[in-house]
Amino acid sequence: MSDATTVTRTPAWKLALLGVGKVAPVFFVLLVLIVWITILNPRFIEPTFFLNFLRRSAPLMILAAGQLFVVVTGGFDLSQGSLVTLTVLAGALLAFADPTNTWWVILFLYGMGLSVGVFNGSVTTFLRVPSFITTLGMLLTLKGIGLLWTGGAPRGALPENFRAFGRATIDGVPLLGRLPWAVIILVVLSTLFIYLFHRTVLGKHALAVGDNQRAAALAGINVHLVRISAFTISSLSAVTAGIMLGGFSGVSMNVGDGLELEAISAVVLGGAALLGGRGNMPAALAGALTLQALFTLLNFLGLPSPLRVTVQGAIIIGAVGFAAWRAVRAGHERGA
Amino acid sequence: MSTRALDAPRGRRLRIPIIWWLFIATFLIGWLLVSQFGRGDFIAASNINNIVERSTALGIVAVGQTFAILVGSLDLSVAYLISVTAVMASYIMQGDPNRVPLALLVVFAIGGLVGLTNGLLVTKARINPLIATLGMGLILRGLLNASFQNFAGSVPASFQYLAYGGIGPFPVPMLVFAVLVAIAAFTLKGTRFGAHIYAVGGDRATARLSGIRADRIVIGAHVVTSMCAVLTGLYLASRLRSGAPWIGPDGVYDLESIAAVVVGGTVLAGGRGGVLGTVAGVLIFATLDVIFNQLGISSYTKQVLRGLIIIGAVAVYAYRSREVVG
Repeated sequence: MSDATTVTRTPAWKLALLGVGKVAPVFFVLLVLIVWITILNPRFIEPTFFLNFLRRSAPLMILAAGQLFVVVTGGFDLSQGSLVTLTVLAGALLAFADPTNTWWVILFLYGMGLSVGVFNGSVTTFLRVPSFITTLGMLLTLKGIGLLWTGGAPRGALPENFRAFGRATIDGVPLLGRLPWAVIILVVLSTLFIYLFHRTVLGKHALAVGDNQRAAALAGINVHLVRISAFTISSLSAVTAGIMLGGFSGVSMNVGDGLELEAISAVVLGGAALLGGRGNMPAALAGALTLQALFTLLNFLGLPSPLRVTVQGAIIIGAVGFAAWRAVRAGHERGA
Repeated sequence: MSTRALDAPRGRRLRIPIIWWLFIATFLIGWLLVSQFGRGDFIAASNINNIVERSTALGIVAVGQTFAILVGSLDLSVAYLISVTAVMASYIMQGDPNRVPLALLVVFAIGGLVGLTNGLLVTKARINPLIATLGMGLILRGLLNASFQNFAGSVPASFQYLAYGGIGPFPVPMLVFAVLVAIAAFTLKGTRFGAHIYAVGGDRATARLSGIRADRIVIGAHVVTSMCAVLTGLYLASRLRSGAPWIGPDGVYDLESIAAVVVGGTVLAGGRGGVLGTVAGVLIFATLDVIFNQLGISSYTKQVLRGLIIIGAVAVYAYRSREVVG
């Protein structure tokens, strides 16, 4: 039996590469954007600048990775953004600028994320509330908790060793120069996410549940457990993104606003089908990077900032339209 | 599935949907709580008016949202369309009653265009409605914020009749809302377009195979949704005497209208539900607002409770159906 499994097993990198080949468009778009930015500002691809770009992209990429787990199971997680905000607010309030508090605060924040994820997942799967509504309710609730807890304005501050995850660097690394912690964390987590999604039973089950929940259940998959795990991964990724964002953009009431929709856009740019059953982790990560590159490009182009939003909207529609057109041509009835 | 929805209006025995029981329960519990612990009288006429007033803006847009959701779509662009309408209307009117027709023409044309585009993106381009209407909302938001930063223009006094006028004891907005609900309910239950909406929302492929032009129905539903958002924008402009770019997103009309529709018993996947449920959903929200106010609960706590109540209300009957949800 173990023989049979080892024979059919392809190495993780090959599988990832295969996936990349299948969902190429987002990588092409990313490449075009990066080349374009580089033409406008050649220093962009210098290691220091590029690593800084990756650092700024890290929270959205991590959010997108978490969101992908929920999206492939056929759901949405709209509570990510408000969980990011709550993470930053609660972190500042609990740690109150005292470095000795950092570790238990981080532990507490992950505990909070765990409960949010388990709640979202359980309500969706046991009570059969559509995840759009569950997580929308959670969005309002978490926002309310943030306001209630802080009294309407941020209080406290994040200690230096807490902020390090978002903004500290390792100096003097050969070839790269200053290497941000956030990039190291990003690389480690991306590897973990790709492994989880493409190489573990959980990833396969998530896809199966999203494709056809009933068939998956009949095939013996514990649908409840898979969906709860997906929401939990999403919430934990939101806490991680919150810790990073708190590190480099500081404490405010609206750090997380709209991030959930950006994460969903990133996932869809990466070729995932909303309503489940199709998704690819490297492409989702690239989708987040693409979105961030787009923001950077529009910034460099000097567009008035309100119009940037318009362009962003048009591009999201265009990219998803293109993906839908390809999906339909490839024989998927549903589009994207 | 869809036959049940079609049979319902002709049903032999009139069954009160569970959502109305929920509303009655909310109302009675609120009454009890407020009379025990609150300040002031819950059933005072001013209070009832208050509930109706709060309901109008959300109600109109939610009635429209019901159409999009019934065909299995949804519309996240309504909040910004409301802003665009309010700002454009008051900008064009500039306080001059003679320019009202022109303003109405322009805003309804914009609404029609937005609805049509949403519908085409969802049907012909096969873009997931969440993404299509989210993108549309972003486009509108950018254009609006690039052109206007603050209150623009003003509406003439005569136009404020829409928000402040009254016929007999009834305020005009309430009558407008009632007429809109009646038209919407009749459209859904009594016309071919309505029947097709349920058919397409229940199962698009089957509807198409039965000879229904499914794409047109979806596009039509999106146009209705946008037109209702335009009406909300006009109401808010009339009420505030001028339009500002932030009035739509500040009211969270996109997500709140979806929440109201779904709390009202319309299934998010489409094909089942109706306008009357949505009205009950909106009234529940409004009643809760009044209860919270009377009990002196802080707006922050209100938000926490509201989120949990949305989840709870949907859970009440979602659990009763054997449906698999996403």
